[in-house]
Amino acid sequence: MFRQERKGQPFTHAGSIEAPDAAFADAWAREQYGRRGESEALWLVPRDAVHQVTEWADEFDLKYRRVDGYSIKSRLKEARERAGTATSEPG
Amino acid sequence: MNARAQQLLSLADDELILGWRDSEWTGIAPTLEEDVAFSSIAQNEIGHARALYELAAQELGTNADALAFDRAPDEYRCAPLVELHLLEWAHTIARRYLYEEADRVRIAALMRSDDAELAGLAAKIDREETYHRLHAELWAARLRDEPRFRSAVEELWPYALGVLDPELRDELARRVGLEVVPAKERGKHTPALAELWDEMTEVRRSIPGAQW
Repeated sequence: MFRQERKGQPFTHAGSIEAPDAAFADAWAREQYGRRGESEALWLVPRDAVHQVTEWADEFDLKYRRVDGYSIKSRLKEARERAGTATSEPG
Repeated sequence: MNARAQQLLSLADDELILGWRDSEWTGIAPTLEEDVAFSSIAQNEIGHARALYELAAQELGTNADALAFDRAPDEYRCAPLVELHLLEWAHTIARRYLYEEADRVRIAALMRSDDAELAGLAAKIDREETYHRLHAELWAARLRDEPRFRSAVEELWPYALGVLDPELRDELARRVGLEVVPAKERGKHTPALAELWDEMTEVRRSIPGAQW
C-alpha cells in the first residue's frame, strides 16, 4: 500500500494489507488510510508484482565514487556556464 | 411529538445503536484490516446519528446529546434488528449486510422527500454509505454459499424487514432475494436494549449535565 499525502508529492510505502482479493484490499485500504482525509491517493500493488533487489556486487573499494564533502553546486554552475548549458537550473 | 420528530428519532436511534453494537468488535474482529474497517464504519454510523439528532433537536427544542443519552430505554425508537447482541461474526456481518440493504431503500425514499432539509441530509449520508455498501456487498458475495451465513441471514430477515415502513419492504425483499414475512416491528424492544442503554448512558447519568 502506497500513499500520496498531497497532490504532486511522491507516493510512499505506508503499510501492507492482507486481503483475499483486490476488492477487499480496496475496501480495507479506504478505511485504513483514507477515513480521516489523510490521503490524496492510494496505490494498491499486489505483493507478487513487487520485484525486490537485495544483492549487490561491491567487490572493490569504490569510496572515490562518493561525493561527501564536495560542494558540487557551484562547480556545476561554473561548468555549465563554460559549456553554455546554464539556461535552466535543474530541480 | 410530531411525525417528523418521530421519524428523525427512529433513523437516528437505528444509526446510534447499530454504531454502538458494531463498535463492540473493535480490537477483536477476525482480521486487523477488518477491525479497522468495521470500527470506522461504526463511527460513521454514529456520525449520521448525530446529524439526525441535531435535526430532531431543532424540532424538539433540545440538543443532540440529550436525545442520544437522556431518554429512558422505552423512549428509543430503534428497530429490534440493531439492538441484538450478536458477538458472533456470521450474524454480525449478516446484520450489517441486511441493514445496509434496508438503509439503501430507506435513504433513496428520504432523498425523494418533500422535506428539503431531510432530503439534503439523506443525500449527504448516502455519499458515505456508498463505501459501507461496498464493504457489506463484498462480505455477502464471499459468504453467500456459507451455511452459517445463510442461516444467519434467514434468522435475521424478519428483523431486517422491521427497519422499514411496510410500503418499502417489497423492494428490500427483491434486493435480498427473500419473501416478505411478518416483521419484528419497531416499537417493542428486545431485552438487549436495556443492557446496552445501561452501558451507553452510564457516564452521562453519573454526572448529569456534564459537557465535554
